[in-house]
Amino acid sequence: MKQPRIIVVGGGLAGLMATIKVAESGVPVDLFSIVPVKRSHSVCAQGGINAAKNQKGEGDTTAKHFDDTIYGGDFLANQPLVKRMCEAAPGIIDLLDRMGVMFNRTPEGLLDYRRFGGTLYHRTAFAGATTGQQLLYALDEQVRRHESEGKVKKYEGFTFLSAVIDEAGVCRGICAMDLRSMEVRTFAADAVIFCTGGIGAIFGRSTNSVVCTGSAQSALFQQGVDYANGEFIQVHPTAIPGEDKLRLMSESARGEGGRVWVPKNPGDTRPARSIPPSERFYFLEEWYPKYGNLVPRDIATRAIHRIVYQEKLGLDGRAAVYLDVTHIPRETLDRKLEGILEIYEKFLGVDPREEPMKVFPAMHYTMGGIWVNGEDQASSVPGIYAAGECEYQYHGANRLGANSLVSCIFGGGLAGPAAAKYAKNLEKGADSTDSSVFDRERRRQEVSNQALIAQDGNENIMTIWRELGETMTEHVTVTRINKNLEAAYDKLIELQQRYRQVNLSDRSKWSNQTLNFARELGNMLLLARVITMGAHARNESRGAHYKPDFPDRDDANWLKTTRAKWVNGDIQLTYEPVDISMIAPRPRRYDAAK
Amino acid sequence: MAEKKVIIKVKRQVSPQGAPYWEEFALNWRPSMNVIICLRDIAENPVTRDGKRTTPISYDSNCLEEVCGSCAMLINGKARMACSALVDQLEQPITLEPFSKFPVVRDLAVDRQFMFDSLKRVQAWIPIDGTYDLGEGPRMAAETQEKAYKLSTCISCGSCLEVCPQVTGKGPGDFMGAAIMSQVRLFNMHPTGAMHARARIEAVMQPGGIQDCANAQNCVKACPKEIPLTESLAEINRQAWKQAFLGWLIG
Repeated sequence: MKQPRIIVVGGGLAGLMATIKVAESGVPVDLFSIVPVKRSHSVCAQGGINAAKNQKGEGDTTAKHFDDTIYGGDFLANQPLVKRMCEAAPGIIDLLDRMGVMFNRTPEGLLDYRRFGGTLYHRTAFAGATTGQQLLYALDEQVRRHESEGKVKKYEGFTFLSAVIDEAGVCRGICAMDLRSMEVRTFAADAVIFCTGGIGAIFGRSTNSVVCTGSAQSALFQQGVDYANGEFIQVHPTAIPGEDKLRLMSESARGEGGRVWVPKNPGDTRPARSIPPSERFYFLEEWYPKYGNLVPRDIATRAIHRIVYQEKLGLDGRAAVYLDVTHIPRETLDRKLEGILEIYEKFLGVDPREEPMKVFPAMHYTMGGIWVNGEDQASSVPGIYAAGECEYQYHGANRLGANSLVSCIFGGGLAGPAAAKYAKNLEKGADSTDSSVFDRERRRQEVSNQALIAQDGNENIMTIWRELGETMTEHVTVTRINKNLEAAYDKLIELQQRYRQVNLSDRSKWSNQTLNFARELGNMLLLARVITMGAHARNESRGAHYKPDFPDRDDANWLKTTRAKWVNGDIQLTYEPVDISMIAPRPRRYDAAK
Repeated sequence: MAEKKVIIKVKRQVSPQGAPYWEEFALNWRPSMNVIICLRDIAENPVTRDGKRTTPISYDSNCLEEVCGSCAMLINGKARMACSALVDQLEQPITLEPFSKFPVVRDLAVDRQFMFDSLKRVQAWIPIDGTYDLGEGPRMAAETQEKAYKLSTCISCGSCLEVCPQVTGKGPGDFMGAAIMSQVRLFNMHPTGAMHARARIEAVMQPGGIQDCANAQNCVKACPKEIPLTESLAEINRQAWKQAFLGWLIG
């Protein structure tokens, strides 16, 4: 076989880490990204990255990080791989430090660590309040270096359409669309690593960026790449409501002492600062004395929903609560939280150093994703690997804050070498695959595009998208009730039918963003069904999945991974056991010590 | 009473070769609108103010919160990010134009590859030996980190190139711009990066380098992240002079 070749789809933290590892091993990489890679959604991550470096004299250990993670995930995660991640985390921080990430420092010049949700230890390294940005830029810089040495070729401004899979069911490359020329092309590779991120667009508004549609995951699902725990999505407790985006207000605000509260008297119209503490309800602190404002996200989100929808204590009777940092010294705010406070000020015109912020929960992250094995990020299709938010292995039923950045870099760091090894060991590589396999897939995608352009019904993609988002946000996020999930599912089927009547407002053959979004929307509708179906089937409450009609965790029947398969053109749910060999499941409570 | 309207005038272009033309739109006002929301309104109902059916406007966007650098454009003649351009703070009609120092792809989307190519030229990275375990990185004073962190928030939006009179938009050979010089300063500040400062300074003493800066100081006013660009330009200028002078002295 000629020199093997790897394709990486997605240039966020996971994709860039995988790319670096493959390039280092001497295998050429083709890196595909919709946007220039330093504009990937990883750039939005704010609060920090976890590692049990134990530099605060607290006796922190990777074993404690592991337990916090498994407990935080409500025991749904396969334990061995999570343990490996926690053990690798300190080394990952060291590597990023060497790469030049400008982490905050202590007086002795070491990295500083803050406390984050779901733990009592200070183990979150941070760069101001824009940590994802600094991490992404560091990996972006390393990839640029490899690119300048000819080891990486970037295809920015390309979107993934489908995998090229031969008659034996082995992946031999991808089919992608040049977003300027709208040309559909195939690219051969001996292994493909997918790092295509989150799925926020399925919920309409979220904390995610525009490209986070889950379209690639959905396309792969329809080609036999199984999707696991789709029903587990995270709603972050504190985001700034907005028409175009729910802008994240990092957990680090609470990590540095920020307090969540509402006026005790619902009719209280006084400005926040003139309400004395005795007339404020610091509900997270009262309900969860041990973890207070730093309870895990699902707990905080449900608490805020309860305050607003049941206790009717939302600010001005609306869906908002206060996140207050006005009591924190200016110097601390400037040094540790400036980035996020700036966002609030820029988009709302209010200075959060003077007035408490108004926030509300927002769809934020998917714990579920492409099924990969517990060893090396390989999916259910030979030659296809996945890493980062787009796969399911690390966070169980709820992700702890600051664990995503670790899991993306760790997973990408596993997938790169694994894919390269697989590619090198192939008896016959993609170069021996008959060109008709590639042509067939290219033709299939071209026909799909042409069909969309030819559609002349009367539906608008933006309208269908809005209805998709509203349905999913209302029925498939914080509180799940089976009859609502059934109604949502029916709505999705209706939207899929209406999608076939979509009339594109732009048929141009150059830089047609409308056509691209229409492709993505079709895929989003299907993935939404996978998520809704999984939520409907799971009759228990666990982590972020909450069903008031089944309010308890049911390990006897439901300690298992949902694994969705595409069979004969339809979604089939199967289940597999969870590896709980290292930590025995116990009740998950945050009002007292674990 | 008539609904309050927002009037948008967009300078459009169908392709890199197309001639520019203007279209005007009237949108329904809502509180807290930004320019991105306006562009989405147009996408949902692409009809001009005179009722002519048209196509959605092409533009780059991703994060919608000013950290990715995608949505830079000229808004009422000023270089800024569309996501943080709040309609209520803008004079109407609001004019939107693509950046003029970069080739237009379509409508408001331009090609900023020149910036990424410049980052390669100046070796804007820390050349680590490898990703294998070599223990912790070098210690760094908190004071140094605070300065360096600010420089590391550059989102490569291109605003500083857009407003710089020395940047002509011709591409290779053009002044690389304040952002690139500031990145050189960032990498030269890092303990490991400092070991390779010479090569970076050498790179900014070539055509398109620091000597092209003529001190207009438009850049620092335009930077959405408020990076102290003029400070960086002065510092790189100093480093370049030192390198040239010492080079001359030592021969």
